[in-house]
Amino acid sequence: MARFVAIRLARALLTIGMVVTFAFVVLRASGDPARAMLSPETPAAAVEAFRKAWGLDAPVGVQYARYVLAIVQGDLGQSMRDGRAAITVVAERIPVTLMLTGPALALNLLLGIPAGIYAALKHGRLADRLVMAIAVAGFTVPSFVLGLVLVLAFAVELPWFPSGGAGTLRQLVLPVVTLGLGGAAVLARFTRSAMLEVLGQSYIRTASAKGVPWRGVVTGHALPNAAIPVLTIVGFMVGNLIAGTVLVESVFSWPGVGSLLVVSVVSRDLAVVQCILLVVAAAMIVTNVSVDLLYGVLDPRLRDASYPIGGA
Amino acid sequence: MTDACKEPIIEIADLHVAFDNVPALHGVDLSLRRGESVGMVGESGCGKSVTWLAALGLLPQRAQISGSVRLAGEELLHEPASRLDKVRGGRIAMIFQDPASALNPVQKVGDQIIEVLRLHRGMERHAARAEARRLFDQVGIPDPARRLDAYPHEFSGGQNQRIMIAMALAGRPEILIADEPTTALDVTIQAQILDLLQQIQREMGMALVLISHDLGIIGELCERVLVLYAGRVVEEAPVDRLFAQPHHPYTQGLLKALPSLETKPHRLVAIPGVVPSATDLPMGCAFAPRCAQRVERCGEWASELASIPNEGRHKAACLHVASELAPAEVVAA
Ligand SMILES: Nc1ncnc2c1ncn2[C@@H]1O[C@H](COP(=O)(O)OP(=O)(O)O)[C@@H](O)[C@H]1O
Ligand SMILES: [Mg+2]
Repeated sequence: MARFVAIRLARALLTIGMVVTFAFVVLRASGDPARAMLSPETPAAAVEAFRKAWGLDAPVGVQYARYVLAIVQGDLGQSMRDGRAAITVVAERIPVTLMLTGPALALNLLLGIPAGIYAALKHGRLADRLVMAIAVAGFTVPSFVLGLVLVLAFAVELPWFPSGGAGTLRQLVLPVVTLGLGGAAVLARFTRSAMLEVLGQSYIRTASAKGVPWRGVVTGHALPNAAIPVLTIVGFMVGNLIAGTVLVESVFSWPGVGSLLVVSVVSRDLAVVQCILLVVAAAMIVTNVSVDLLYGVLDPRLRDASYPIGGA
Repeated sequence: MTDACKEPIIEIADLHVAFDNVPALHGVDLSLRRGESVGMVGESGCGKSVTWLAALGLLPQRAQISGSVRLAGEELLHEPASRLDKVRGGRIAMIFQDPASALNPVQKVGDQIIEVLRLHRGMERHAARAEARRLFDQVGIPDPARRLDAYPHEFSGGQNQRIMIAMALAGRPEILIADEPTTALDVTIQAQILDLLQQIQREMGMALVLISHDLGIIGELCERVLVLYAGRVVEEAPVDRLFAQPHHPYTQGLLKALPSLETKPHRLVAIPGVVPSATDLPMGCAFAPRCAQRVERCGEWASELASIPNEGRHKAACLHVASELAPAEVVAA
């Protein structure tokens, strides 16, 4: 167990180190922050002063060293746009984004998993084909297209929901559906195939042969086994949601971390971008560790270090 | 033995099974008396498992099934699941070939047994656990109190099969179907499991159906044997009769392929050829293409089990038995 934790920690640190470096390299390589931040008419002297103030005049290696050192000391820098600590700027957006991703994840799980189970239990019949046809449609349509279609349909044609902004429950509906539907479709397909695989196993026949009613076979024997591969996909799902939220927040002018990222990248607000990337990396690491721990809960074979099945 | 013991506990009649219109069973008849032990033998794919899976309603829905399966006189075939759930595990229990995959990998073995005790014997959790411990004892799992909380992967193949047997016994069945219970196990473990089955069958007085492709195993445990080939029973006899005087050339072939103390392994004679696939069965006797004793008419003869003259309990489905052909007519290969 101690080894498991140590390996996990080392991996997490490595990931964060890579994210930090990546952010630095990409943002420095893609343009001059001073130029992006200041208007084109700014006098050369003022640009120089700006560079000096933000340490942009030092050699890149030194900048990188300072930057890493600051992060290690817990200093994520200041936003070049409004001078506040980057972490403060990002932190106030996090709850706004969670208001979107939380319900979207719930939609993923509560729609995708039952739909997949249902389709598997109706394998080969009309209901199965119908659910799968919808699922295929659901994940082939890109989310920005879906978002625009939803806005046209339910905000413009039928003015049921507002097309953007945050604050009310009604404003939440369209962005959550846009963000959650694709993942639900992926999860439905995956849950279905996991269930079909499990339903073909010998222990399912054993359960029926010992007189367990079909409902009990499904809930007591098939689902607990199918949950193991489905969990893997739920882990990916969280990553997809984080990526998707950037897009959906822009489409629906949702003032979350995603919108902040777009604005900050455009204006080369380095500290804020780096801070967002760190937050995202941390979220992914927390997700992966939770998934690993849940594996242990779901699968006794993984709790047993001596048993030769993949795992951590 | 009293008369009650003689009456059949289960009677399968004219059982036909087809998958996507390809027949797998062509009318199997089988009856089993209370407490009797019957073996079913035949090469892989000849319909041994399908017979019992069909009887218990365990085949996928696309399987087309007809005929009759009567348990103590009551029809089981096409009965609603709610009624079959009482029979399965309660009156007829079944154990399977690969014990490692036949147990639920994410459930404690004790809970898998307790599930049967609660379903079929209405036991409370506490009583069920005590009974599960006793069953573990009975099938020879050491340290039962602790091992009930282990998972299947923590046991060896042989131990898992013992757990399957304990699970089968939990419902106090009248019939135990053991479908190749030792095929996946080491030879030494095989013998132990067979001993256990035999001992339990005697103690509990239940009927035992032992499915195997190994006549030797069946010879040791069973009173009566059914030989299956390509979805039909081709010979049926008390064990000693079958060993002494096999009538069907297929049975003769199986016996020749059997290692014994006298024959050295290299002198074993395998039956030439392979079982025909269900999609292109030959006309007439399905064994004819592999049969050294075939004659012209085998190709059009409608296979039928017939009693051997003066031997009511010995039947074979061979043209030579049916017509008692003179040996001269045999086209020797
Ligand atoms: N679920 C199934 N779907 C299609 N065909 C099957 C199925 N189960 C068995 N069969 C076919 O039925 C025949 C008999 O199989 P089985 O009873 O399992 O043979 P065995 O005598 O080895 O137990 C085989 O030809 C097999 O291919
Ligand atoms: Mg079989």
